[in-house]
Amino acid sequence: MFASIEKAGEATASFPILTMLVLMPLLGAILVSLLSKKHGEWVKLAALVSSIATGAMSVWMLVKFPTGAAGFEFVSKHSWISEWGISWHLGVDGISLFMVVLTGVLFPLVIVGIDPHHDHKSYLAWMLLLEAGVMGSFLSLDLFLFFVFFEIVLVPMYFLIGGWGYEKRVYAATKFFLYTMAGSAFMLVGIVATAFLARRDTGVLTFDLVEIAQKANFAAGTGRWLFAAFMVAFAVKVPLFPLHTWLPDAHTQAPTGGSVILAGVLLKMGTYGMLRFGVYLFPQAAIWAKPVLLTLAVIGILYGAIAATMQKDLKRLVAYSSVAHLGFIVLGTFALTTQAITGGVMQMVNHGVSTGALFLLVGMIYERRHTRQISELGGIQSVAPIFAGFFMIVMLSSIGLPGLNGFVGEFLVLIGSFPTARWWVVVATVGVILAALYLLWAYQRVFHGEPNDDNKSFPEITLREGLLLSVFVAAIVFAGVYPKPMLDRIQPSVKALIEHVEASK
Amino acid sequence: MMTKLIAATSTFDGPAIQWFKISPVLALLGGALLLILVGSLTPKWKRGWYATASVVTAITAAILTGVLWNQMSDDKPSTLVGGAISFDHFALFATFTICVAVALVSLVANDYLTREGEDGPEVYGLMLTAAIGGVVMVSANDLLVLFLGLETLSLSFYLLTASGRSRAQSGEAGLKYFILGGFASAFFLYGVALLFGASGTTNLQSMATVLSTEVNISTNSGLLLAGIALLLVGFAFKVSLVPFHVWTPDVYQGAPTPITALMGSVGKVAAFSALIRVFMIALPSRIDDWRPAILVLALLTLVVGSVLAVVQTDVKRMLAYSSISHAGFILIGLEAASHIGHADAHLGISSAMGYLFIYSVLVIGTFAVVSVVAGTGDAATMLDAFKGLGKKRPVLALGMTVLLLAQAGVPLTSGFVAKFGIIRAAVSVESYALAVAAMLAAVIAAFLYLRIMVSMWLSDPADEAPVSISRSAGLAITLAVAATLLIGILPNLLLEISKTISF
Repeated sequence: MFASIEKAGEATASFPILTMLVLMPLLGAILVSLLSKKHGEWVKLAALVSSIATGAMSVWMLVKFPTGAAGFEFVSKHSWISEWGISWHLGVDGISLFMVVLTGVLFPLVIVGIDPHHDHKSYLAWMLLLEAGVMGSFLSLDLFLFFVFFEIVLVPMYFLIGGWGYEKRVYAATKFFLYTMAGSAFMLVGIVATAFLARRDTGVLTFDLVEIAQKANFAAGTGRWLFAAFMVAFAVKVPLFPLHTWLPDAHTQAPTGGSVILAGVLLKMGTYGMLRFGVYLFPQAAIWAKPVLLTLAVIGILYGAIAATMQKDLKRLVAYSSVAHLGFIVLGTFALTTQAITGGVMQMVNHGVSTGALFLLVGMIYERRHTRQISELGGIQSVAPIFAGFFMIVMLSSIGLPGLNGFVGEFLVLIGSFPTARWWVVVATVGVILAALYLLWAYQRVFHGEPNDDNKSFPEITLREGLLLSVFVAAIVFAGVYPKPMLDRIQPSVKALIEHVEASK
Repeated sequence: MMTKLIAATSTFDGPAIQWFKISPVLALLGGALLLILVGSLTPKWKRGWYATASVVTAITAAILTGVLWNQMSDDKPSTLVGGAISFDHFALFATFTICVAVALVSLVANDYLTREGEDGPEVYGLMLTAAIGGVVMVSANDLLVLFLGLETLSLSFYLLTASGRSRAQSGEAGLKYFILGGFASAFFLYGVALLFGASGTTNLQSMATVLSTEVNISTNSGLLLAGIALLLVGFAFKVSLVPFHVWTPDVYQGAPTPITALMGSVGKVAAFSALIRVFMIALPSRIDDWRPAILVLALLTLVVGSVLAVVQTDVKRMLAYSSISHAGFILIGLEAASHIGHADAHLGISSAMGYLFIYSVLVIGTFAVVSVVAGTGDAATMLDAFKGLGKKRPVLALGMTVLLLAQAGVPLTSGFVAKFGIIRAAVSVESYALAVAAMLAAVIAAFLYLRIMVSMWLSDPADEAPVSISRSAGLAITLAVAATLLIGILPNLLLEISKTISF
């Protein structure tokens, strides 16, 4: 059962790359906060160097990652809180690989590309701390360690939204913090209970994910309770209907950089957690809870799409589209087939790229016009055609146009879910159509028509913005045209996971 | 007859006293006497010397406690002074916590007293006296000795609360505390009397033996249960459990801020340790009777404390309610420990004691910041006073943020280690619902800490009043923040010590 895991660490390099991926941004954050505010350039340079170094390391790890490996690679394990059976256990497999790379690449882009309005120093320090937390969440193979990172992420994000956001920023930041923390409350109790209940099978008290997943054998009822405790935290984070209400506020009020990170990687901590900790630890419970979670996912798809259609605020529209897109990922996850989960993992990356880019574009519109109201925009295409072109490509990728990245993931999710979740797929497909509706309609209202006086002076895209967006567009096109390298690396781990689920039946 | 009595008196042998084993108390006593007697007879000492004497005394006592702790690994737990005082890891850990707390509070008090122009030996002497009371409470093996400690502690606290001579509020709070505290002591003493009536002893171990072997205990049952109930009420008042908490916000707000820190740390450690010891050692045969009461008190305390904390506008009142909510957490440790017979029940005691240590440091650090911000006259304690602190004093605001995040239980701070320990203890005895309730209460309380952080970082300064930090207050805050982060990142430092705590 899940034998491949035992061979973990084959590619363990002598260089502790995963530990460095977490520590590098942390060091950057410390350095940035120690540097004096007077030396603005130094502060920026320190942030840039540490985030780019992290990005480079993540790419290097991607290159070194053996194609076809299903287990955890580059494993690094050190004793941490030995009294409690907790270790610093990091590892990466096909499921987390691209999330790590996305995190590594997205942060330097955001740091280079988007300037905060004031107080660069604190902003950059929080950003880097956030990166360390997100990296740690995707790499942790210890339940306690994962919780630490999962929870610590709240603090920098809270300050980023509250300090650099828009009008209702404090309200949105507080709501974000409390919602997520309430979810985590259940997960913390779940984690401790999991470790204690698994002790019968593991022999010693340990919080090690792999150890517990392989050895523990929970009674059906117990497993369901534990699974539910984890799921509450992840459902808030994803967010899954009906726990999503923090998301539109947080997204709308966050500064552009915060929104990009929030959509790009933070929400994925929820869907990733569902796979890594929900399905992997409690496969039987996952099968049992499948109908409920699929239903919530589909409700999320339709609800998100309908709500997005009705938004007057462009940023809120994109936020609600996230609810719908994340619904697809959850659908793929709990269809519990290799194809659907692979599609789901792929879609996590795609959504990060596409929606991240959409938030970036909305942020650029706001910078130019100081409004996000769709009704006040219009006719931008005629004054800023290149800008409109970028928006068009990103939007089409979000809709799922064949040839762009969104299509591959969405298609895999739908086709992979069809055998095991037919009727849910049928309903979810309606969401695909709705996505085209709300995004195209928004595009039409914002870019087509005659520009009014305010929009006539809409500045065209700058070189820096163009270069930044080109990176996103390149990723969108590449993953859309040639997804094979990605799928080849994701699939083996997903397959092993599915075998693990099958074996538990 | 008479001759017999005289003969008996002349041959009266006092109990053998192992002086070194009670040296922490003696050190504190020496320091207190030095300050009160010598200090009041000599001309005014130079600035800072009273505080230095107090800090040195507390640290000496702490070091002696550490030496005794190391000896304990060879010795078995024992009782001293004719069975009146217990000598075990539990008592030593609590003693150490009290000494550390007094040392830190002395630093804060120095800042406060110098600022108010009230520097003198009395406050420090009384703080050390309170510490003596606390140490006696945590190691008392006899209910009457415990009462002596309790009164020493309480009387010192009443005086200290009223010691803010320039503020009417302080005197008012002192009087309020005195009257209500007197009631609580009466409850406690009546409980002791009833327990003595039911068991014929006030010694904790003997009481446990009598109660467990008494065959027809049912005849004494009413007496016994009433005694337990009254004892619990007395303790509940001292550690401010809901619904016996009403004095807390008023007294915390009215007392000079360093004294509030002392009550939040030394007061809580002493009363909680005594509560745990009495109930676990003397009354284990009656666990089924008192556990439900503890459970209800814990839930009420968690929920009411957290909810009421959120709606306050004065930071000292907020923190008073938050301290109530923390008390609920510690009580869960006792609840977990009360599942005697369960393999992991011992985790309850060590986690509660770990929580007390961590919370003491946190609460002193937090109130130290409040004291610094409050400024002359201890006046500016409204939430508005914290507005824009991040702009005025970024380093101070950062320190406060760390302390508040720790109180909220964010990982990589000591507060998380404390909460995790309690949750672990509760889960290990399968009190899942209680663990979830505690965590959700912590989320409600987190809103309060966020409010303070919002004021500090995300609001503009309400006025231009500068915030000045003296060296001693700065040192206390730095130490508290450093300990918070150190224990948060390397919990083993504390856990390896706290795991050995037992009676």
